[in-house]
Amino acid sequence: MEGQWKAQTEENPNFAIIDNYLCIRMPKEVDHHGAAGIRENADRLLLNEQVRNIVFDFENTSFMDSSGIGIIIGRYRKISSFGGKVYAIHADDRIQRILRASGMTSIIEVLS
Amino acid sequence: MMESEARGMKEEMKLEFDAISENEGLARVVIAAFLTRLDPTLEQLQDVKTAVSEAVTNAVIHGYEEKGGKIQMTATLENGQLSLSISDKGVGIENVQEAMQPLFTTRPEGERSGMGFSFMEAFMDRVEVESSPGNGTIVHMWKSFQENILSQSRLLSRQV
Repeated sequence: MEGQWKAQTEENPNFAIIDNYLCIRMPKEVDHHGAAGIRENADRLLLNEQVRNIVFDFENTSFMDSSGIGIIIGRYRKISSFGGKVYAIHADDRIQRILRASGMTSIIEVLS
Repeated sequence: MMESEARGMKEEMKLEFDAISENEGLARVVIAAFLTRLDPTLEQLQDVKTAVSEAVTNAVIHGYEEKGGKIQMTATLENGQLSLSISDKGVGIENVQEAMQPLFTTRPEGERSGMGFSFMEAFMDRVEVESSPGNGTIVHMWKSFQENILSQSRLLSRQV
């Protein structure tokens, strides 16, 4: 099943594993309210699956506060010690600016 | 011209809501609606929404330690100046200067980034915090929208 999207659970269409990448489709608004759910789901998959890298997909995201930075730093800490990498994709100008201003671009790769 | 003159007058709103995470989004929507009269750019709206989101989240998580309480948001517009305050009657902050340091967090383990106050300072013109243990916290923030008012009156005078 290499290269195939496979949703982990029925309730989690926003989390998928492609090869050894965990792909997380971030919600429309990333704030503290939604952060716990993203964190828990991501960490469970990191623990149970053969995942080395994480891709945060911001295609649907139009708002993000510092809670989003917390999510990224926390996941980065978990996988970087095993040599994993974190990517951000489809981030709009504002989210790219936030990622740069918060120093995230020195630990993750931002692809447009 | 009448509308731009009215914009020079003081306009105020006050909102009180429960300190639960669902209301972080509510506070953002309310402040955005309040600012619509200034015809803000998307960037300006996002700046204020982000700052509000940070302050309200701090009140929910730190002020009330996620046990609930009441948060007040007041906003005043006068001569194109937005003055905003978000207050709680929670535990307060022992050392405000330390709390405002970038990356300072009482919740490590990757849960919080410690960038809440830095975000408020980055997106607003000025931020001041009043707090002491047991006395809750008030975050005051200011942002100028004078450019918006000027362009509004320019537009109106052209129409006349």
